[in-house]
Amino acid sequence: MNLERQQANVHRGGRGAFKTLTSVMLNSRLFWTGLALLIILLVNLQISPNFFEIRMVNDRLIGSIINILDNSAPYILLAIGMTLVIATKGIDLSVGAVMAICAAVAVTLIKQYEAGSTEFYVQPGFVILITIGVGAICGLWNGILIAFLNLQPIIATLILMVAGRGVAQLITNGQSPTFTNDTLAFVGRGVVWGVPFPIYIAFIALILITLLVRRTALGLLIESVGVNDRASYYAGIQANTIKVFVYVLSGVCAAIAGMIVAGEVKSADPHKAGLFSELDAILAVVIGGTSLLGGRFYLTLSVMGVLIIQSMLVGLYVSTLHPTTNLVVKAVVVLAVLLLQSPEFRRFITQPFRRLR
Amino acid sequence: MRFTKLSLVLLILLALVVPASYAQENENEDQGAGLTIGFSQIGSESAWRTSFTEAVIAEAAERGINLLFSDAQQSQENQIAAIRAWLAQGDVDAIILAPVIESGWDSVLQEAADMGVPVIIVDRNVNADESLYVTRVSSDFVHEGRLAAAWLVQETSGNCNVVELYGTVGSAAAEDRHTGFAEVIALFSNVQIIQSQTGNFVRTEGKQVMASILSSTDPSTICAVFAHNDDMAIGAIEAIKEAGLVPAVDILVVSVDAIPDIFDSMDAGETNATVELSPFMGGPAFDAVVAYLNGEELPKWIPVGGGLYTSRADYDADR
Repeated sequence: MNLERQQANVHRGGRGAFKTLTSVMLNSRLFWTGLALLIILLVNLQISPNFFEIRMVNDRLIGSIINILDNSAPYILLAIGMTLVIATKGIDLSVGAVMAICAAVAVTLIKQYEAGSTEFYVQPGFVILITIGVGAICGLWNGILIAFLNLQPIIATLILMVAGRGVAQLITNGQSPTFTNDTLAFVGRGVVWGVPFPIYIAFIALILITLLVRRTALGLLIESVGVNDRASYYAGIQANTIKVFVYVLSGVCAAIAGMIVAGEVKSADPHKAGLFSELDAILAVVIGGTSLLGGRFYLTLSVMGVLIIQSMLVGLYVSTLHPTTNLVVKAVVVLAVLLLQSPEFRRFITQPFRRLR
Repeated sequence: MRFTKLSLVLLILLALVVPASYAQENENEDQGAGLTIGFSQIGSESAWRTSFTEAVIAEAAERGINLLFSDAQQSQENQIAAIRAWLAQGDVDAIILAPVIESGWDSVLQEAADMGVPVIIVDRNVNADESLYVTRVSSDFVHEGRLAAAWLVQETSGNCNVVELYGTVGSAAAEDRHTGFAEVIALFSNVQIIQSQTGNFVRTEGKQVMASILSSTDPSTICAVFAHNDDMAIGAIEAIKEAGLVPAVDILVVSVDAIPDIFDSMDAGETNATVELSPFMGGPAFDAVVAYLNGEELPKWIPVGGGLYTSRADYDADR
């Protein structure tokens, strides 16, 4: 991306390459975001001396780092979808509610299977496909409202955010159904080669979507629509199709995240599954440097944003701070990370020292 | 020394159980048939809330009470509007209010008092003048915390490092359960809360918090988990199992609520004890209405539920 382009310039330049490389590094978002993550992990190490320790229990790796990745998995999926949505100058407030709907759909269907129903659509494999389909339909609904009815994204997705939880409650009759089926549970708590399965889902999704948007023109088209959808349309880009696509993708990501959350504890909670997760997803995207005004987007950095938030949470969990401090600590850390990334702020801080030189 | 401590625990248990059983004695022949009662409920944000609503509706039907039900969907304005509508129609004999928040009820309660319509507060508290309502029917969260602590102290003979899974910070249920629990264990120098973190009353967060704590602390130093609700306990049990430990044996599990799932977990031998948060507040509330209309004096607070159960059979026997 930006970094690679600048590094190429460095090689062309030749002279003073080291100095330029350092300045490229200091101006790169990846560096500062990575530094923020590293600092948080080091603080965690101070809180809990065995923070980086990983042991093997019953063929499953146990350790704080594994916990962070495991907890991050659903948010990584949400952040991937959200990044692309935000890149088109949109926003998707409905992802938390879509998670709740999809968890409710999956668990309700799987319960029929457990009750002995032999219909093809309650077979575990189909249940997973249907759930993904439901997520896609939710995304399609958002996309159509935004692209073809020209509703503002924040309002269009707010409709589903509010109604979605009600829909989820209707599906489960207001209860929190539990299930025992191992296939659906595997999505949220399976273990492959010692590593929890959700981690694979999240990183495979990251790789696939990155390839999709960077190896084809799609990423460029998304950025173009985000910068100016009308100009893109006149340039021959199907702006509306692109918009519908990103919302559908966001819905699918939310559906998988919903199944992970449901599988993790073998139950669907229509009231609280994914509650406020849209805000954490948006926060991760912003930490990752994608502007809410659309255009340029950074998938990998959004994922690092998720890891920053979750590392901080796990740090709080193992600390002995009273839970009342959680939200304030979270706010302070987010502010610090954003300031660390801001070139203006860094210049402001380093200015007095520069004058000395 | 140990004997005095154990007898202290038993004394606490006795002190806790006696008022609880006293509250259940009110079997009245006058059930309130033919009365019209308005019931303003907070919403349907949790499975517990839904079963609370259903229990009230079922109880009213059984007694032949004409119940006007209003779901406020988490909004105090909706509750005030519903109460004003009932007062304006002038056909309700009493109002049962499950308030969404504590403050801001004075004026509407005053209106009801001026109209001579008695108001019974259920579940959460209001901080209005006591003269404005007849009585309050609710669980005693502090009592629930005390009961859980007393059970734990007794079970471990006063030696236990506890992980506390806090509910939503600032909610009365979480704060009071913590207060009650801390109050009792403060009497035993070898019982301590070594970690306390919030899981927001949610299953997944309960699991995540417990998994984090098990990764960072030597699990053999943890003797028990006290969860502020059953959902977080069920999440924590998953984390304990994933860490290769046996829940309810290696790490004791005690929580509050008595939802159906926790009894499944008890049947599987993975939970030790739960304290009931009774959803059956309709009966005592209707009894209070009838007693008030008969001119009886009522205490300003009628606590309900709150037994500690270690098996499904015990719980079913009390129903």
